Amino acid sequence: MAKQIPYVDYLVLGDQPHLVANECSGCGARFFDRRNACAHCFGTEFRTVDIATDGELRSFSIVTFAAPGVQVPFVSSIVDLGGTSVRGNVINTPPDPDHVTLGMKVRLATYVVGTDDEGTEAVNFGFEPVL
Amino acid sequence: MADDIWILGIRMTKFGKHPDKDVVDLAAEAAMAALADGGVTMKDIGILAAGNLMGGGGIGQQIQKQIGQTGIPVYNVANACATGATALRTAIMAIKAGECDMGLAVGVEKLAGAGLLAGGARAGDGNHFTPSGRQGAIAPLDGRVGTETMPGVFAQIGMEYGHKYGGTSFELFARISQKNHEHSTLNPLAAYTKAMSLEQIMGDVMIAYPNTRPMCSANCDGAAAAVVVSGQKLRTLSLEQQKRAVKVSASVLTSDPYEEACQILPNVNTLTRNAATTAYEQAGVGPEDLNLVELHDCFATAELVHYDNLMLCPEGGAVDFFESGATWRTGSTPVNVSGGLESKGHPIAATGIANIWEICHHLRGEAGDRQIEGAKVGLAHVIGLGSACGVHILEKSGL
Ligand SMILES: [Zn+2]
Repeated sequence: MAKQIPYVDYLVLGDQPHLVANECSGCGARFFDRRNACAHCFGTEFRTVDIATDGELRSFSIVTFAAPGVQVPFVSSIVDLGGTSVRGNVINTPPDPDHVTLGMKVRLATYVVGTDDEGTEAVNFGFEPVL
Repeated sequence: MADDIWILGIRMTKFGKHPDKDVVDLAAEAAMAALADGGVTMKDIGILAAGNLMGGGGIGQQIQKQIGQTGIPVYNVANACATGATALRTAIMAIKAGECDMGLAVGVEKLAGAGLLAGGARAGDGNHFTPSGRQGAIAPLDGRVGTETMPGVFAQIGMEYGHKYGGTSFELFARISQKNHEHSTLNPLAAYTKAMSLEQIMGDVMIAYPNTRPMCSANCDGAAAAVVVSGQKLRTLSLEQQKRAVKVSASVLTSDPYEEACQILPNVNTLTRNAATTAYEQAGVGPEDLNLVELHDCFATAELVHYDNLMLCPEGGAVDFFESGATWRTGSTPVNVSGGLESKGHPIAATGIANIWEICHHLRGEAGDRQIEGAKVGLAHVIGLGSACGVHILEKSGL
C-alpha cells in the first residue's frame, strides 16, 4: 500500500479515520489549528481529543463559482459532530439541493486527492450521507 | 460627559464603473463634495481618517496631496468591509477625545471587474506533499475543506439560520434580492438600477447556492466621505448648517466574541446583536423607532439574518418579518431603500460611509423620488468578515 499523508494535520488516518482537535484544558473549547492560546478563556494548555465521525448537516452551500483551479461544483458544509462544529465538503452524493439537505445525517469519509512524485498519497476527508 | 457628534457634510460618488478615474480621483471627489456640503474647507478639519482596502496603503496622504496638505494627523484604516465605518468612527473618537472639533472620513475602492474576492487560487498539486500553515495542510483548503469565498460563506450563514428556525428557501432569499433591485430603480447613484423579476433572479448564474449573481453584492468603483463636527462647534456655525446637520446618536464598533463554531463558520450574528444593543442604548431609541435601515446585504442570504440581529423582528422571526412586507420601502421598517449592496454596489471601503449618506439624505428630506417621508431616525450597519461590525444611529436635527 502506498504511503499516505493527511490533507490536514487534524485528520488521523488508519483503520478508523477521524478528526482530532486541540481542546483547551481550562474551558473545553475545541480548535482545529495550531494554537497560541485559547480564544475563549486565554488558557495555554491543550490536549488532543478525538472528534465523533457521525453528525448532522447544519449548513451548506453548493459552490459553482470559485477561484481558478478549484473544481466546481462542490458542496461546502458545516457539520455538527457530537457538539463540535467542523467544516468540510459533502461527498459521495450528487451536488444538488435534492441530495443535500439541512439536518441530513452524515459521516466522515476519506478519499485520495492526489499522489506526489515520491508516490505518497494525500488523503482528504469529507462527509457522506448516511442512508 | 462627552460632547455630542454631528454629520455636517456627507457625499458619495456615483457607484459603478469609473475607468477614467483612479482611487485618489474618486476619494477627492467625495471628500471635496462632503466639505462643500458642510460649508467648510480642509482648513477647518483637524483629523483625516481614510480607508482603501484593496489598494496599496497611504490613501489618506494621497488624498491630502490632491485636496489640501495642512499637516493634520492622518489615520489610514483597514477593517474589511467595515473599513468606511471604522474611518468614520476614528474621526468621531478624535473629536470625543477633545483632540479637534471637526474631522473628515473617506472610504474609496476600485473594484469594477474584480471578480471573486478571497479564496486562494490553487497552485498545482506539488511534487512533494509538505504540510504547512496552522492546519498543517498540504494544499489550499478552499474548495477541498469547505469554501473560503464570500458567496459560499454567506450562503452558509443564511442556510444556518434556515436550519435553526425554518422557513427559508431559495425563493425566499431571491425575493429579498428582488426587493433591493426594485428599490434601486429610484437611486440614480446606484451601480445597477434595473428591477428584476423573481424568475430572472432565480434563473441567473448560480454562484453559490442559494445565491445567484444578482443576489451577490456588486463589485464596483466608488467613494464616500463625511465631515463630522462636535456639537459645541456646530452651535457656532450658521443656522442653515445646523438645520442640515444630522446627529450621530450612536456610533459603535464590535468584533466577534468567542463562541463554539465561530472559527469554523464566521459568526456574523452575535457581534451585530452586540453592536445593535449598545447602539440602541447609546441613542435611547429602539428598533420600533427606526424610519429606515441600511444593512449589510453583501448577499441576499445575509440580509435575512440581520433583520434578526438588529432586532427589527423577534428572535427567529426574520422570515415572517420579511413575508409581512415590513422591509419594502412601503413597509413599517424600510430596509435598503438605496438598493443595497446587491444593486447600489459594494466598493468595500466606501460602503460604511455610503450607507450613512443614504440615511442622512432621507433625514434631511433631500432624497427626492425615494424619500421616506418624515424620516427622523435611521440606522446604518456594516459587517466586515473576520469580523468587525459597525452600527450608527442617526437622527434628524430638531431645528
Ligand atoms: Zn479555554
